[in-house]
Amino acid sequence: MLNEKHLQVVIVGAGPAGLSAAIAARESGAERLLVLEREEQPGGILQQCIHNGFGLHRFSQELTGPEYAWRDIETCREMGIDIQTGTTVLSVSRDRKVTAISRKRGLEVFQADAVILAMGCRERPRGALATPGTRCAGIYSAGTAQKYINLMGYMPGRRVVILGSGDIGLIMARRMTLQGAKVLACVEIMPYSSGLNRNIVQCLNDYNIPLLLEHTVTDIRGRERLEGVTVAKVDQNRQPVPGTERNFDCDTLLLSVGLIPENELARDCGVPLCGATGGAFVDERLQTEVPGIFACGNVLHVHDLVDYVSEESRLAGQAAAEWAMGRAPKTEKVMQVQDGFGVRGTVPQRIALRADGETENVHLMFRTSNVFRDCALVLTADGAEVLRQKKRILTPGEMVKLTLSPQLMEKIGTARTLTVAVDVQG
Amino acid sequence: MVDGIIIGAGVVGCALAERLGRYNGEWLVLEAGEDVASGASKANSGIVHAGFDAAPGSRKAYYNVRGARMYAAEAARLGVPYRRNGAYVVAFDSEETRVLEELLRQGKQNGVEDLRLLTGDEARAKEKGLSVEIVACLDVPQSAVVSPYEMTLGYAYHAAQCGVRFIFGQQVTGIDGDPEGGFTVRTSGGSWRARTVINCAGCASDKVRAMMSGEPIRIIPRRGEYYLFDMAAGCPVERTIFQAPGKMGKGVLVTPTVHGNLLIGPSAEEIPDAEDTRTTAEGLAFVREKAFKTCQALPMNRVITTFAGVRAHEQKGDFLVGPVPGAAPGAFEAAGIESPGLSSAPAIAEDLAEQIAAYLQCVQKDRVPEPVPLLKPFSEMDSAQRQAAWEKNPAYGNLVCRCEQVTEAEILDAIHRPVGARSLDGVKRRTRASMGRCQGGFCTPRILELLCRETGMDPLEVTKCGGESRVLTGAISPEQGEGSTYAE
Repeated sequence: MLNEKHLQVVIVGAGPAGLSAAIAARESGAERLLVLEREEQPGGILQQCIHNGFGLHRFSQELTGPEYAWRDIETCREMGIDIQTGTTVLSVSRDRKVTAISRKRGLEVFQADAVILAMGCRERPRGALATPGTRCAGIYSAGTAQKYINLMGYMPGRRVVILGSGDIGLIMARRMTLQGAKVLACVEIMPYSSGLNRNIVQCLNDYNIPLLLEHTVTDIRGRERLEGVTVAKVDQNRQPVPGTERNFDCDTLLLSVGLIPENELARDCGVPLCGATGGAFVDERLQTEVPGIFACGNVLHVHDLVDYVSEESRLAGQAAAEWAMGRAPKTEKVMQVQDGFGVRGTVPQRIALRADGETENVHLMFRTSNVFRDCALVLTADGAEVLRQKKRILTPGEMVKLTLSPQLMEKIGTARTLTVAVDVQG
Repeated sequence: MVDGIIIGAGVVGCALAERLGRYNGEWLVLEAGEDVASGASKANSGIVHAGFDAAPGSRKAYYNVRGARMYAAEAARLGVPYRRNGAYVVAFDSEETRVLEELLRQGKQNGVEDLRLLTGDEARAKEKGLSVEIVACLDVPQSAVVSPYEMTLGYAYHAAQCGVRFIFGQQVTGIDGDPEGGFTVRTSGGSWRARTVINCAGCASDKVRAMMSGEPIRIIPRRGEYYLFDMAAGCPVERTIFQAPGKMGKGVLVTPTVHGNLLIGPSAEEIPDAEDTRTTAEGLAFVREKAFKTCQALPMNRVITTFAGVRAHEQKGDFLVGPVPGAAPGAFEAAGIESPGLSSAPAIAEDLAEQIAAYLQCVQKDRVPEPVPLLKPFSEMDSAQRQAAWEKNPAYGNLVCRCEQVTEAEILDAIHRPVGARSLDGVKRRTRASMGRCQGGFCTPRILELLCRETGMDPLEVTKCGGESRVLTGAISPEQGEGSTYAE
């Protein structure tokens, strides 16, 4: 049998979520702490995001992805946090045994008091869309193309159509243009982009790349390498409208059609997952429904900005450390948090009320399911309105954060259900 | 001069190569694609049919039933996964029930064992996912599932071990009968002389026939489209569920693959161009509609890919196996091999090999090497086996494809074994890497790097599936644009 090493906190993934969680866990007193990372270096997807725009909220500075990652990696190094790279976690059990394998050490089993899931997310592939056509070369998810260009130094194509307007797709529209490729269009099936507004301006508009809203790719041509795609307008049911087809001759189709939390480990371990987020159901301390297993970052719900990933993950790190050291606050009642009209994927899904009556700020994060202008966000507790915030614009591409102060929490008291909703009347 | 040239490295060509490899002689396989199983053998339902639905007395019926009986042993010998999961053929009304009765009678006449009719309720008692509208069902316990390209690879590996040579990228352009006997086979890349030529060219078997004989055959390519689902979504049925067949074939089936993914399809559409393996909105809609009729619990939100395969339907409807009519002596063929071609391949190969050996008067080798066992997939190992595998080879510690849990060790084996992978799809078919839910988004660049490291290929030469299917279009020079601003 393999020796089991006992640790207080094991963190799966050394991307921005795992790094911040590790730092906070150490600050909270967890000494025996290990971060497991499958890549050869920590930093996660930030390492290939060489554009700037990271850290505006957290550092009040515009950093590139590697620069942002480097700050946390340096902090970890200074704190002596053990990050074991080149190591793939194979399973996490309900009693928090973490099994991993690496080229250097072979199979290892760690018994953890607390586990933090920080595996990030992956891109939705073409197959999931079932777009008709051939299965030729030249079709890549935007992140894969980003890796080819930024980490490997190769261009994946010359004439490009981008399907989906997620942030990575937008970033790649600019990146490929700067590198000499011709980006013909960015095609989005919805009436709005799922990306950040600043990326639409800086990556499409600045380069005269058309954004075709309410359009989709209906056919993919090319026997060996991609030769062209057909783009058509869609109706309200997202079905192509006959007669609106137009052809683009291109050798590359990049897909930026959504991100999916990478939750296979959580699922195998029996952590209940939320349909709206694709991540675990968690409480306000980011504990899943399996005691001692926490989740944060894009594996919990897909964020828009890394700054918020780091902030959220600090909370998970602190909570996991306290749990591991037996210092987690005792709770008695649980309040459910629900998505109301126009709101999707609110995290956390439940708030545990502390037995000692103490309250801290509780952050609710969610996205809206459509674009809303001059509206209000309304929080109700068992049907009674307890908070209303006017908003000029809400779009699905930008995450919304609602902070519930201790005073507000006191007002909510012992309600059973909190509901977050959009009021279009404002 | 070699003793035999097999044209086509699909499942029939490779099965034949493996049989001929047991005889003394020099054997060569010429394949137009860049890998084995480049045509119909890479994209079909993967069913070993029991043999109830071919017309009694046809070659299809004969080879299907004989091939199906050989299958379990063939797959075991080659180390290829095979599972006898059984099949149901379902009927939705009394007319279709009569079709099932006819199939039962026909199946018994063909020699299929254990067939029996069930009521709809009896079927649903065993297969909970079946539609309440099913009124009757033919139970086919002998039906099985296998991976068609793994079977082809299994044959090719052992054939290569027995000394058969494979040359890829060889489109045959002409075959000349030599005055002194034998043939010259000309291809896009050279020419070879052989005492026998065997046409196993799938959808191109009519073209190859025309190079050897004045008696033409006509292949009408039939395209079938499929949906494949994430293995994690499970499969709502254990057996292969057929609907009562029509004149375009066996109809849309709902089945687990041998690896446990749910597969639905195929559509059936006659198309002019055998290489046109696109999927279409209409074809996919047809598959969905028909499959939903069988089983309402299809997790359409868990589709990982759609694909199409083309079957080589000969217009007269039966297999053509044996010496080529109207050709010089030494010309053989296995043409018009459509479904149940995968099921029939072992029997066709056995017969053809005997005929060819008799014609050439060559004798069996004294010793034929045992097939080198395929690596046990890391994904199927328990912890102790994983640790043991890593102790022997640390490359087992590097997980390249995380969806399917494929390690570097398995990918290196796929590249370095005889008939090794030279493309991304080649690696995929040999290891399952990139076949999972992320469809290679993460591991494709890593596989590309391994292909380059191990074979010395330049990254710009790496293809998805041979030919012009290159993955990358150019290198970024350090002087150019933003290319100079990053460290990697």
